[in-house]
Amino acid sequence: MSKDNHMSEEILSLKGVVKSFPGVLANDHIDFSLKKGEIHTLLGENGAGKTTLMNILYGLYTPDEGEIFIDGQKVIIHSPADALSHGIGMVHQHFMLIPNMSVCENIILGNESKKRGLIDEEQATGRIETLSEKYKFSLNPGDMVKDLPIGMQQKVEILKALYREATVLILDEPTAVLTPQESEELFEILRSLKDEGKSIIFISHKLKEVLEISDIITVLRDGKAIGSVRPDQTDEGHLANMMVGREVILKVHKEKMHKGKPVLEVNDLTVFDRRGVSVVNGINFNVHSGEIYGVAGVQGNGQTELVEALTGLLPFVSGEVIIDGAKIEGDNPREVFERGTAHIPEDRHKYGLVLPYPIRDNLVLCSYYHKPFSKRLALNFPVIIEKSSKLLKEFDIKASSILDITETLSGGNQQKTVVARELGREVKLLIAAQPTRGLDVGSIEYIHKKIVETRDAGCAVLLVSSELDEILSLSDTIGVIYKGQIVKTLSSEEATKEQLGLLMAGILEKT
Amino acid sequence: MDVKKIFKLRAGYQDLLIPFLSIITSLVIGAIIIYASGANVYAAYKGLWQGSFGNARTIAETFVSTTPYILTGLAVAFGFRCGLFNIGAEGQLYAGALAAAYIGYAWRGLPHFIHLPIAIIAGIIAGGIWGAIPGYLKAKTGAHEVINTIMMNHIMIRLTDYLVKNPMLDPKASVPRTAYILKSAYLPKIFPGFRLHWGFILAIIAIFLIYYILFKTKVGFEIRTVGLNQDAARYAGMNISKNFVLAMAISGGLAGLAGAGEVLGLNYNLPAAFVSGFGFDAIAIALLAKSNPFAVFPSAMLWAALRNGAGLMQVRAKISIDLVNIIQAFVIMFIAAPNIVRYLYRIRAEREKAGVLLTKGWGQ
Repeated sequence: MSKDNHMSEEILSLKGVVKSFPGVLANDHIDFSLKKGEIHTLLGENGAGKTTLMNILYGLYTPDEGEIFIDGQKVIIHSPADALSHGIGMVHQHFMLIPNMSVCENIILGNESKKRGLIDEEQATGRIETLSEKYKFSLNPGDMVKDLPIGMQQKVEILKALYREATVLILDEPTAVLTPQESEELFEILRSLKDEGKSIIFISHKLKEVLEISDIITVLRDGKAIGSVRPDQTDEGHLANMMVGREVILKVHKEKMHKGKPVLEVNDLTVFDRRGVSVVNGINFNVHSGEIYGVAGVQGNGQTELVEALTGLLPFVSGEVIIDGAKIEGDNPREVFERGTAHIPEDRHKYGLVLPYPIRDNLVLCSYYHKPFSKRLALNFPVIIEKSSKLLKEFDIKASSILDITETLSGGNQQKTVVARELGREVKLLIAAQPTRGLDVGSIEYIHKKIVETRDAGCAVLLVSSELDEILSLSDTIGVIYKGQIVKTLSSEEATKEQLGLLMAGILEKT
Repeated sequence: MDVKKIFKLRAGYQDLLIPFLSIITSLVIGAIIIYASGANVYAAYKGLWQGSFGNARTIAETFVSTTPYILTGLAVAFGFRCGLFNIGAEGQLYAGALAAAYIGYAWRGLPHFIHLPIAIIAGIIAGGIWGAIPGYLKAKTGAHEVINTIMMNHIMIRLTDYLVKNPMLDPKASVPRTAYILKSAYLPKIFPGFRLHWGFILAIIAIFLIYYILFKTKVGFEIRTVGLNQDAARYAGMNISKNFVLAMAISGGLAGLAGAGEVLGLNYNLPAAFVSGFGFDAIAIALLAKSNPFAVFPSAMLWAALRNGAGLMQVRAKISIDLVNIIQAFVIMFIAAPNIVRYLYRIRAEREKAGVLLTKGWGQ
């Protein structure tokens, strides 16, 4: 087959690349080689050096040492423009698109073909339409980018690279923002690009999809290339092992539940979102002490607003919420906090952390105002320092000191900071929303362990997650949310993925 | 208090280097402009130096001008810490001056140790109220503080003009002004024979007090949290509206104290022609200081030296006094665009650190 032909040719290689930042060796003598028409995955935890390596290749960083070869020729890449001229295109994790410009304008930006000094939009539109048809993108060049769903915006980014005639495509964590269906579509596109002879560097830390899409997988750990394997020679456990450097338990171990009295009671709760649309419609459920109650559902069925209402960030429209036997007024986060509720928010950068603060200040963000953390008007620093140092150690947050700026931590350590703050005190109820979203394997394992420990200590846990695997492995009881209501409650033993999928899609009748 | 440690904690090496290089670069550009306009660069800068630090009197005068610059600079910096852009320091300063002048001449028969503190506190409260109003409007209606503080400036400047020319006018005076304040409300001079007054000491105390409030108290922690991340502040149970009003009140109070100091320590009356400009320069001072209370001192001193030295520079080199404004403008430009300085001196950017959010855009 022709596929085997172009797979033999090496199109790009990196030799002995070193890049250091103050205090960190991000890339330590990395070798990497990409053949024509292959999908080569870079797998590694957050902070392993994947993005640094790709930024070097894309001309955003200059390596301290090492060489880059393209088609056997040594090249020096100074800027993204250089990279593009060598046929390297990159789709960043955070899209580089201008929302209030059209698809066409975004694609030609910086590469406009001109006719008598004016932009030749007709010609550009034609080319975009041809490309879009060829790869089944179904993009309309005239649409505004801000009106497109995330999955389509990503296609605009890919098309941008193809428009510049890229032969090597770098995709940095492309599935992090996609739904499972959108990911599947993306993989279809990647396969057709591969059949065309394009080469793809795929960056990810999701093991399942890596095994599905890759021709070869190179694992990075602590800035070093640990090794390269073919997907048919490996499995999830082995890859996780290579990534983390030790045996990783992918299954969550938990004892039988000891269910106690109800801690959180939600009766006929109705909540409007910020635009005044009713998104939680008279929801009812209870969470008992010693129980993990998982809310499964497709994103956008009221989960976010439900959690925000329970934690005081959004007012209730009607209904009642009882925490530990006492009715709460709502719309007051401190009231909920003082009832012994811990809240791991869905968006840790928006709600959970003040990123420019040192870790110390984030660890007392919710408790700074009461004794012993403050005395009258003044903050009591000796106590704050003692408590935060203890939490740093206890929750294994990797930082040189409590004065490290939170922004400089990896995603996993940032989330551990949130977890340490919320669980580092007496709690009766834990509300965890998407607690492992975007985290690496090691951190996911750690946070799952903590959630189970919290439950075993007799705490009630409300877990909201869009990862079905997470719900199934952690929950004792599963409530399926659809259009702002719990359509079915089942125990985790009787639940199957297929059944949950149908319930989540609103296909199975409510019982 | 160990100032060195504070700088180590709050400011990196580059936070000091870049402002310093900005000032030097601005002076160099200033020199080029002086040369281009045919004047003697050496004479001009010698005049600038002698006019600000040439002898004991000019040094004392520089500190006289430093005093209101410190207080208004702190006022703007404090607002920045809460994510608020207080352009109203000028109006708040007028409010403080008005209140202090009124108490100063109208309340008779009080001993010095009672009359003076009351006049000072009246100035702080008046400025505080004038600052709290736009803070309240923002908290309750979302009205942007930039617009409202500008409007409050106009109102206060006109109001001062009206009050001084009508109910508060001293009929015996040849120019429109209030009556002289009583001796019992004077801020004493620090050294005999120099105009430098105790307002300067109050300004220094204010620096330490504001540092303490911001970094050592619950209120300061809340204000800084609101300034950096409003959503996280709400999540943590903080009251955003309360903090907006409080931060604007404290900010206004500092500017009010500056106004009170000018009346009680320097002028001893409030003329209708009272034009300070301190409140506007304060924005530049707070930016140069990156909202660090301690850094407000040197940056206020720089502005005072430029303001005071300009006159002699004009005489010696026969150039326009506006040149000083050009230098100031370049300093601000380089501070606002540190990458120009980094490029000029080939300084590598450090990783973004605990930044202070200096300003926020409109419409949020």
